[in-house]
Amino acid sequence: MSSAADTAAGAAVAGTGRGDGPRRRWGYLFERERVLGPVMLLPAVLYLIFVVGYPLLLAFFYAFSDVTVGSNRFDFVGFQTFITAIHDPVFLKAIEHSFLITGISQALVIVLCTVLAFVLAADFHGKWFLRFLVLMPWTTPVALGAIIWLWMLDSIFTPFDWFASKLGVIPDGGHLVLLGHAGTAVGSVIAVQTWRMLPLATVIVLAGLSSIPQDIEEQAQVDGAGFWRRLFSIQLPLLAPVIMVAILFGVVFTFTDMAVIFILTGGGPGNATQVLPSWAFYKGINGGNLSVGAADAMFMFPVLLGITAIVLRMASRIGGE
Amino acid sequence: MAGTMRSREVGTVRGRIGIYLTALFFALFCGFPFLWAGMTMFRQDADLYNSQHLPFEYSQPATFSHVSSLFTDTPYLRFILNSVIIGLLTVAITLLLAVPAAYALARLTGRWGVPLAIGIFAVYLVPPTLLFLPLSRVIVALGLQDSIWSLVVVYPGFTIPLSVWLLVGFFRSVPRDVEEQAQVDGYSRIAAVVRTVLPLVVPGLFTVIVFTFTLTMQDFIYALAFISSSSHMTVSVGVPTNLIKGDVLYWQSLMASAVIVAIPIALLYNLFLNKFIQGFTLGAVKG
Repeated sequence: MSSAADTAAGAAVAGTGRGDGPRRRWGYLFERERVLGPVMLLPAVLYLIFVVGYPLLLAFFYAFSDVTVGSNRFDFVGFQTFITAIHDPVFLKAIEHSFLITGISQALVIVLCTVLAFVLAADFHGKWFLRFLVLMPWTTPVALGAIIWLWMLDSIFTPFDWFASKLGVIPDGGHLVLLGHAGTAVGSVIAVQTWRMLPLATVIVLAGLSSIPQDIEEQAQVDGAGFWRRLFSIQLPLLAPVIMVAILFGVVFTFTDMAVIFILTGGGPGNATQVLPSWAFYKGINGGNLSVGAADAMFMFPVLLGITAIVLRMASRIGGE
Repeated sequence: MAGTMRSREVGTVRGRIGIYLTALFFALFCGFPFLWAGMTMFRQDADLYNSQHLPFEYSQPATFSHVSSLFTDTPYLRFILNSVIIGLLTVAITLLLAVPAAYALARLTGRWGVPLAIGIFAVYLVPPTLLFLPLSRVIVALGLQDSIWSLVVVYPGFTIPLSVWLLVGFFRSVPRDVEEQAQVDGYSRIAAVVRTVLPLVVPGLFTVIVFTFTLTMQDFIYALAFISSSSHMTVSVGVPTNLIKGDVLYWQSLMASAVIVAIPIALLYNLFLNKFIQGFTLGAVKG
């Protein structure tokens, strides 16, 4: 647009553009890519080291120390904190719930996001509205989405009681109290996490779906392959890496989330929905025990490291091509 | 999605019915909570707190009073204002740091560009739930506890990685000749970039602004850990902790507070989603 005009104007004053005097040396320095590159990159890198790298290092130190909110004492106690953490029965339950909730919800997301991506890739009336609705669970701040679910699962005024009594599961006027029983509370958290993670996964898979060359499918159609055959022999294998990326994001965000637990169940009933990050919060902030909280949170690290390694390998493979 | 997608025609009648039924299922699964919230926010107390009533009918006329009391009787506006201020300041810091970094990674770092960009993106995967405990100490050391500045300092930690990743993609989509021509014409490298490349990546910049802003609205744990007084709270923390406590829960107002925030953000996302997908995949694919 205007760049063409700028270029023309620049050509007219060619040779006068470079500054002179003291600015000139700096100017030349900044013309060199080996200088300019790091100069432009460094501020962002330093900032990230300050707000992510340094705290991450601190988290490790905390986990091996006896630091609390109240004191400034900072003694190294080796693995003592971890041993304290492991001997806490709630902590072991929290690990179990973390894997259970993340595993089931993301397994559901794999199936649902693939189906939904195929639906959104098709042509039908009202598609824009479906797209809008599908994005909502993701775009709504997680805490506010959890508030809506908290009301929807209310022990007395939930609409699910009405559905359940129509289906004959409970007597008329009875209550399910979904958040009041261990099993249904875990189920509710899984439902919310599935609901929340479905949009991002769908968007990523949809992008992957649109990059499958159309001629492959057309050729298969010409060769007489039916819908299901094309789906399972061509499209799904081609989509597998993209679905994998989508799920890795989902696993990271679900495994490390505490907002849904904090608002929906508070870890209850009786710690039945306590997960690693929520337990770390209750121990570290509410309980004031920074070191135990940090040690609890640190148990997320091996999982995250593994996932990050997979993501990096996949990303660099794409980048290398 | 619609713009970048080749839509597939579905021929058979059975196929079309299948599509509509599946679409209906997903519309209900994703949209039902918002339908329920939207129906709740206009109900009168006598209508709402009566489990004998049918759930999808209004037994009393709708009322706007709970929505308006959200603005007149609660600090909700203050929460929104705080969120907007924090979001805008974070956007400013993010652009200031991410734009030069992304340009450097796209153009100036040679074969190190791709691994470095991936490395910065990996920072996005370090979760706040792992960092909030040590950061709460850092915030105290900086004297920022219970201040919105604590969040302004911390949020770029997750907005910069995503923004750099997206912007690298957008910068790579601009042909190198553009700034080379300007340099031949006598502009310095930086002037050439500012005058010729930046105007071409304006859609990318808008995308980054929208996603950075909305990402700051998503945070819960940092705001919960660092902020204690309600006048400094964000929407995400203020609504669940400050409107929900006390003996009486005003569910109509709570639902309204969620819906009022959710709808504009969803509309913004819809506008920029295609660009987001484009940047997300360009960053990796184009070499």
